[in-house]
Amino acid sequence: MPGPIRASGCNKAPPVKIVTLWTDWVVFFVLAALCTYIWRVARTPHLAVTWRKAFLSAPGSAAATVLAMFVAIGVIDSLHYRPLLEAAPGKEAVYAPETLSLLDHLLAAQREGKERSYSAPLAYVAFEKEAVIVNGEPRREYQRLAHAGNHLQVPEQDWAGDISRRCLVGAVLGLLLAALVVAAYLLLVSRRQQIELGLAWQRLRRGEGRYPVRTVLATVAVLCLLWGVVAQLAGGYHVFGTDRVGNDLLYVVLKSLRTALVIGTMSTLVTMPIAVGLGIMAGYLRGWVDEVIQYLYTVINSIPYVLLIAATVLILMVFIENNGDLFPTSAQRTDARLFFLCVILGMTSWTDLCRLIRGEVIKLREAEYIQAAQAFGVSTWRILSVHLLPNVMHLILISLVINFSGLVLAEAVLSYVGIGVDPSMQSFGTLINTARLELSREPAVWWTLATAFVFMFSLVLSANLFSDAIRDAFDPRAIHK
Amino acid sequence: MINYLIRRVIYSVLVLAGINLVTFFLFFSVNTPDDMARLQLGGKRVAAEAIQRWKAEHGYDKPLYFNPQAEGVGKLTNTVFVENSVGILRLDFGKTVEGRDIAWELGQRVGPTLAMATPVFIVTVGLSIVFALGLMLFRYSYLDTLGVVVLVVLMSISSLFFIITGQFVFGRLMAVMPLSGFSPPPGMFKFLVLPVVVYVLSQLGPDTRLYRTIFLEELGKDYVRTARAKGLSEIAILLRHVLRNSWIPIITSAGLLLPVLLVGAIVLESFFGIPGLGSFTIDGINNQDFSVVRAMVFFGSFVYVLTYLLTDFAYAWADPRVRLQ
Repeated sequence: MPGPIRASGCNKAPPVKIVTLWTDWVVFFVLAALCTYIWRVARTPHLAVTWRKAFLSAPGSAAATVLAMFVAIGVIDSLHYRPLLEAAPGKEAVYAPETLSLLDHLLAAQREGKERSYSAPLAYVAFEKEAVIVNGEPRREYQRLAHAGNHLQVPEQDWAGDISRRCLVGAVLGLLLAALVVAAYLLLVSRRQQIELGLAWQRLRRGEGRYPVRTVLATVAVLCLLWGVVAQLAGGYHVFGTDRVGNDLLYVVLKSLRTALVIGTMSTLVTMPIAVGLGIMAGYLRGWVDEVIQYLYTVINSIPYVLLIAATVLILMVFIENNGDLFPTSAQRTDARLFFLCVILGMTSWTDLCRLIRGEVIKLREAEYIQAAQAFGVSTWRILSVHLLPNVMHLILISLVINFSGLVLAEAVLSYVGIGVDPSMQSFGTLINTARLELSREPAVWWTLATAFVFMFSLVLSANLFSDAIRDAFDPRAIHK
Repeated sequence: MINYLIRRVIYSVLVLAGINLVTFFLFFSVNTPDDMARLQLGGKRVAAEAIQRWKAEHGYDKPLYFNPQAEGVGKLTNTVFVENSVGILRLDFGKTVEGRDIAWELGQRVGPTLAMATPVFIVTVGLSIVFALGLMLFRYSYLDTLGVVVLVVLMSISSLFFIITGQFVFGRLMAVMPLSGFSPPPGMFKFLVLPVVVYVLSQLGPDTRLYRTIFLEELGKDYVRTARAKGLSEIAILLRHVLRNSWIPIITSAGLLLPVLLVGAIVLESFFGIPGLGSFTIDGINNQDFSVVRAMVFFGSFVYVLTYLLTDFAYAWADPRVRLQ
């Protein structure tokens, strides 16, 4: 991990110390790899044609838009740092022990605006009565919340009006933003295609053109609208309520997104080298190599994945317990557990990718360019790495997208059973885990479950729709799961 | 035919041996028996004699893979690995932390798990086939599209939500079913309804969609056109021709469902308080009981391999071409 950025030549310490957790490295690596791949696709005609096909379907593109929003939130949440603490006079300034992310900074009001316990969405009083002394007599009353609805003078009268005013303002602002996006798109199109703005607008309105731009822009508009309303409401209330210790649920659920994204992508990526290497070797070399590799993945595949994960997590917990000095801070321990969980999840799913690549390579090895390479006496290693590897790369991305939703769902289940992420880590699994106990209270606390449901459902649904579009664009038969 | 089946059986045995090696490596190499002893005896400062005694009690006091002190073949056989593996072959899994025999526990807990998994399996496969065939009757219409949308939505909802809302609505709001618990056969039914319904719901999406694609593909083939030309009704085509020719992929996915059920049982059992194999595993993890988890991993893999073998047999039964290979 990089040390503090040293400002040379002056004594003032920089205001933040950048921290890069293990999983952050992976997030950045994924982004970089994705950009490289997109650049490569753009220069390779046959790949570009197929990938464009994936974006021709309206549901697929709309889902991709929503996914992009979630990914953006996750990336913002991956920029970690430790802020500089106010120095006591005469002492050297130190950095806070707590690691924050850019998202924490943006949501500072939500993060710091803690209540004492549960409060319902958009409430201005606490969920439970508390004992207070009024005129020397103890009474049990609903207390006003510390950070929600403070601006209301007479809450009973003003509340409904304030909420509707905020909704309206948020909607208008959101739509304005959406209109800006549409206008920017129209300007760009009219510049590019040298047509008038009015014509571009008509084409967009009628949904002409190859790509479902209308659907994408409509999705953007809906997202802007929703976030506008949420942002306006969040200025004065806890939009989704608070949990048992008074954390704003909007903040908690946005933090859970990163965990879901990391698990969903990283699990496929960490085992990618094994799957690709073995798959290419088995498919190209055939013979006993193929037999051994097939045997290997039949063995791994035959261990039910939850049991394998359960076993490995148990082993890992004991390992961390016995080697406590390797992981000094709790953040590192949590992060290491997340990292290893991804490795284990990936270990259990690499067999599918391996089989997919093996099948593809068996087809490719009969291709003319491979036979030409063999005839020229190109070494086996070179054929594997230069001629075969680039031509199976798209399978990795496809299996990444296809596995994604399953992994996000698996995380929730595993964390519930207690073999997932560290209980102190915000994730959908831990959220649902607490929600279950809350439902059995009287009256029931329903909003934790509802919030987790809304976000998790939209994430998984958009991932499913997007992976369907990709599956259809590439050979729909070969990638059948 | 016989040749084919024998080959498959031999391969399955080899796979089981491989699984045994992998799990042994996993359990004994990352954390050595010393670590396990320290964990069970508690604390870091445990006397060396206590550790030795614990290891001797559990039969972990020999070298793991290779014993240089022994003579001849003993160099390889007089090790923890061989003794442990032989034990598993004789279905002797050792004892739990509380001192109960694991094999006996397994026998006790197989019943409840099967009582839940069998109806789930039959209902899921049956309903999925019926729904998929139903969608085929209305293919490429709005009803078909609507069906697919519903299936994708079902697929995108975590099974946890089904479980929690199911318990909340039926167990608490309507109070028509017990929240959780289990009782032996006569009273078993009312405890099983909710878990079975919940599990079928969460499995319906992917299966029906898969069968729908299989049927669609089959419907595009030439023999279907011939059947239509003969004047067969659409239902007769679906039931007599399409369904029959789709058995192989259906068997494959149904076979894959069995181990999934076993795994799903882990979650469901802990939610609904059913004393089956799943809750046994969870207890094992919470007690940090290595022998229980290792026994369960091996047992689960055994079921998995067995299902694969049965699917292979089912192939041979459903498709004569497989037999002749």
